[in-house]
Amino acid sequence: MADPVLSIRDLSVEIPTRHGIVRPVDGVSYDIQAGEILGIVGESGAGKSMAGNAVIGLLNPPAHISKGEIWLNGQRIDHLKGDAMRRLRGKEIGMVFQDPLTSLNPLLRIGDQLIETMLTHLPISRTEAEKRAVAALEEVGIPGAAARVNSYPHEFSGGMRQRVVIALALCAEPSLVIADEPTTALDVSVQAQIIALLRRLCRDRGTAVMLITHDMGVIAEATDRVAVMYAGRLAELGPVRDVLTHPQHPYTHGLMASTPLASQGKSRLHQIPGAMPRLDAVPDGCAFNPRCPHATDKCRQAPVPRVSNGQAACWYPLVDEKVI
Amino acid sequence: MALVKVENLSRVFDVSKPWLNRVIERRSKAFLTAVSEVDFEVEARSTYALVGESGSGKSTIGKMLVGLLKPTSGTVEIEGIDLASETDATKIDAIRSDIQMIFQDPYASLNPRWRVRDIIVEPVASRGGKTDGLAEKLLEQVGLSVQDAGKFPHEFSGGQRQRICIARALASEPNLIVCDEPTSALDVSVQAQVLNLMSDLKDDFGLTYVLISHDLTVVRHMAEKIGVLYLGRLVEEAAPEDLFQRPKHPYTQMLLEAAPQMDGFGREVQPPEGEIPDPINPPPGCAFHPRCPISQDVCKRQRPEMRVLNGSRVACHLAE
Amino acid sequence: MSDFPIPVKPKSRLRIALDSDLFYTFRRSPVAMVSAAVVLVLVLSAIFAPLIAPTNPFNPASLNLMNGFTPPMTPNAFTGESFFMGTDDQGRDVFSTILYGMRISLFVGVAAVFFAMVLGITLGLISGYVGGWTETIIMRTADVQLTFPSILVAMLIFGIAKGVTPVEYRDQMAIWVLILAIGLSDWVQFARVVRGATLVEKNKEYVQAARLIGRTPGAIMLRHILPNVLSPVLVIATISLALAIIAEATLSFLGVGAPPTQPSLGTLIRIGQGFLFSGEWWILLFPAITLLALALSVNLLGDWLRDALNPRLR
Repeated sequence: MADPVLSIRDLSVEIPTRHGIVRPVDGVSYDIQAGEILGIVGESGAGKSMAGNAVIGLLNPPAHISKGEIWLNGQRIDHLKGDAMRRLRGKEIGMVFQDPLTSLNPLLRIGDQLIETMLTHLPISRTEAEKRAVAALEEVGIPGAAARVNSYPHEFSGGMRQRVVIALALCAEPSLVIADEPTTALDVSVQAQIIALLRRLCRDRGTAVMLITHDMGVIAEATDRVAVMYAGRLAELGPVRDVLTHPQHPYTHGLMASTPLASQGKSRLHQIPGAMPRLDAVPDGCAFNPRCPHATDKCRQAPVPRVSNGQAACWYPLVDEKVI
Repeated sequence: MALVKVENLSRVFDVSKPWLNRVIERRSKAFLTAVSEVDFEVEARSTYALVGESGSGKSTIGKMLVGLLKPTSGTVEIEGIDLASETDATKIDAIRSDIQMIFQDPYASLNPRWRVRDIIVEPVASRGGKTDGLAEKLLEQVGLSVQDAGKFPHEFSGGQRQRICIARALASEPNLIVCDEPTSALDVSVQAQVLNLMSDLKDDFGLTYVLISHDLTVVRHMAEKIGVLYLGRLVEEAAPEDLFQRPKHPYTQMLLEAAPQMDGFGREVQPPEGEIPDPINPPPGCAFHPRCPISQDVCKRQRPEMRVLNGSRVACHLAE
Repeated sequence: MSDFPIPVKPKSRLRIALDSDLFYTFRRSPVAMVSAAVVLVLVLSAIFAPLIAPTNPFNPASLNLMNGFTPPMTPNAFTGESFFMGTDDQGRDVFSTILYGMRISLFVGVAAVFFAMVLGITLGLISGYVGGWTETIIMRTADVQLTFPSILVAMLIFGIAKGVTPVEYRDQMAIWVLILAIGLSDWVQFARVVRGATLVEKNKEYVQAARLIGRTPGAIMLRHILPNVLSPVLVIATISLALAIIAEATLSFLGVGAPPTQPSLGTLIRIGQGFLFSGEWWILLFPAITLLALALSVNLLGDWLRDALNPRLR
């Protein structure tokens, strides 16, 4: 296999609080290949967004990377600061957030925002950038792109705005796009459009995409591989079809089974007992052990095995447990 | 017997700019029709779901059902009484305690300065009812502990807060609970817990739910009848099996096709065309016709009536 | 339902206060702690002035004109008596007059702010919750009042009030008129802030839940919205207190405030500045320092409170 675009090795993020240090990301490792969409799925507080923020150097102090390495195209980036990180962010990493309004400057025409981004990061002339801005808007499916480059963000609907954000994220031709809940604020029909767009762009350009979401349906339709996170740790990582249809980790299984779709025709939904632990009270051993139907003393004491491709972080992985 | 009877319900909002701006910019008044001529009935002890995308008017209907908004025209009758036109105060009071609502945002729906006990018993206490031990009893019924009564809302997670909201809704022993996106702010595993709780309580207390949601999978799991809304209009109403197996309205078909599916690995959907039109200037005739793959001339001219078709109701000229 | 240990006993209000983030930031802010200490000392000594003050400056029997103009910490040439902060022209102990003057200043300040607060909260809640014409009338009145300097408004009100009170009651009423004048000139900012916060709160779902069960607008405003808009009010009240104390001092300094029979810090400063150039500096300096310390530490406390209650600045 070719060298991955993004490689995260044993990454931990710590936040010192007045109640002690909490670790929202704890020993997480994964790679993303060129042209691949990796889904990061988990419930709120699982640390999925925090890992993405660590990659782009947008952790809010006092949160900081306490351990591990982040490699982008063979360059180590976790220790980069200030200007170097900013250059990298625009050039090599594109970002798409949940709320398209906050990613666009409301006072600038969208064409100017695209042109400015390209001029900062690409060795091209202004006329060339103007041409490419129209092309970029056409590519993300904005009708009448040549006229609409002169519009302001508020003149677009929510779905169109998210397309503009995607155009902006991609215009400097980054090798990695981090999309954090890109469709959560959108309606079902628009969500389908955005997912299709992301997939097409990723395939055509060979961009690697980290797609962070809580929606299992989006994961199934959009991603190639999926990483399941629980309490800051990786629970399971593998090809999306394997993980979703034959989950090995009891948490993944519980998560899948508790979706209404998996319980079709049943009067009750599958329930995982309890709740995700607060980050300042993660249990010893496997973080999931108090809620796990298969937990033994080994799970309560020994650290769980590492996640590798096709291997869950579990002492007793489920075999042939079909959910859907 | 139908517990809720909604007839020809419409709601128009005045979204005009202030008078001075209108004069200077020479604009006329602007009106947004959020709900347009909707009618449906909800059987007692059943769950009726309203689904639709943003701007479909589903939350506006919910607010009119519970009396938070007055209809512009049409009626909402609950147990035969119309809150908007009824003048007998005792009847209004009786109906009020029969209707409750669960809101979407569990963080905004509990007063942060009140203790959980006071929040839960407020519907009863404000009418001067007896509240001894009521909060504790309800907390246990929704799966929280008796000790939680003395705490403040910020000490609870989103799922637990939604349980507290449910406990408050149950306090006045209502018949009807309108649930406005009750689980859309919650994680999947917490959603499962809350939906199961709602199902259990429905059986235990003989409740009737009107469930407002954009999530088709939730609606399919919970509802006995589903109404699909588009741009403030009811376009199709059917039982879940019919709706999901044999959707009749082109909009319903589009919605089902576009919804992400958990077994849809690498599914290449032809994404739906266009977006929801501006509700201030809705298209003439059938509101869906600009996006509809099978629309014809009649759809542009004439608004389709709701008609019965194989046990469902559908508002489409061409559906068969 | 939870499998993880949670504290079982409901917390008391005191426990919650001590565990709160507010108290935590307070303990970590030296400025806030020093200001709070200064305010506490000044307020306590004002309250217990009769116990602390060596003499009662308003009791003519305890005064000795021979003690006039005694410098601080120096024995008087005639009587041999020594005073911590010296004496004024009538032989009154400056330290004692300051303690008693601070009582008047603090009383007027606190009462005026309280009056402004009650008025401002009431009008702000009503205009925010009810809206429509009620809101237009209240808020436009506030806008108009804001175009005048508040000290001018206070002087105007003071003048009118003085004109309508009978002469024999004027000195007695002076303090209350002062409170009314300062309070009326200060309600606007309370009303504005409360109206803004009310507009945010009234659309939250807990207010809808209360409307749903048929609670009256009055009950919703008082029981639901009011407790949730109090944080910014607290900040404004603290900063207003400093401003009100200064406003009172300004009015008294200009001679339209507290009468000489009930001198406030401002009156003392006015009296003192007459002796500055004849070399009796202490009659002016000590009241001025006290006023400065009081106003400054209340203001710093208000600043800290504003930062601590504003999550965006943390």
